[in-house]
Amino acid sequence: MKPLSQKYKNDIRLAVGLFTLAVIALVLLFCFREDGGYVSVVQDGVEIAQYPLSKEQTVVIPDENGDSNTLVIKDHTANITDATCPDKLCVKQSAVSYNGETIVCLPHKLVIKVVSDTQAEVDITA
Amino acid sequence: MKRFDTKRMVTLAVCAAVAMILSYLESLFPLHFAVPGIKIGLANISVIFVLYRFGAGEAIVVSLLRIFWLAILFGNVMTLIYSVCGALLSLIGMVLLKKTRRFSEVGISIAGGVLHNAGQIMAAAVLMDMAQIVYYLPVLIISGTAAGVAVGIISAVLIKRVRI
Repeated sequence: MKPLSQKYKNDIRLAVGLFTLAVIALVLLFCFREDGGYVSVVQDGVEIAQYPLSKEQTVVIPDENGDSNTLVIKDHTANITDATCPDKLCVKQSAVSYNGETIVCLPHKLVIKVVSDTQAEVDITA
Repeated sequence: MKRFDTKRMVTLAVCAAVAMILSYLESLFPLHFAVPGIKIGLANISVIFVLYRFGAGEAIVVSLLRIFWLAILFGNVMTLIYSVCGALLSLIGMVLLKKTRRFSEVGISIAGGVLHNAGQIMAAAVLMDMAQIVYYLPVLIISGTAAGVAVGIISAVLIKRVRI
């Protein structure tokens, strides 16, 4: 087998470099994650509600076009179980429970974001 | 090759059509893991083919034609903005990387795939005013790299074998 050309060596370096970078980022995110206290519902860039993760409940979040997403809070995790959008990407995203984790529904401009207890208090008093 | 001729125009149109069909085929088999937006990016095969056989300008035209027509046929304005941001960043990266002459089709395809994801995530972060969305980036870099390798190998074979 003839040795790989310099171009292919560079390709491999690029792939390995990107892969390593991503894995380091993932490990860092995993190490510094904290349990969240609240789930914040942001619609079109504006926070419309906060729900504590400690309380089990099901909320239907409507938008101005008559569409909606169903948010279920259970076992200290938040999940979107149903939506009226065609692609249902938000439903397929896994449940969230750690600080900073999000579920995004692009068609409805909806973001479900986990925040810590302290962040939630600041937002309420501000 | 630079002068306007019918054969070149038709070939580019066919490449754009192939890119659209590849995107459509891919949308029939969505990949859903924990993070949204994981794609193989089959349409990039056509774009890389045009980039090597014709040039940077032609590749940009084919890529943007694909996106606008797909948005008109199947999508909406929001998805169009994300696609354009991803495609432009991806094209700029691929064109620059090709100019260095240090990478093969596979390296260019990897850069294209990863930058496409990065462009979309950045567009989403700005449009939705949501910095947290960049948390998706590590997973998308890994998937983009893997998909880029596959797409790059297919593209390299096609560039070598297909006679126009």
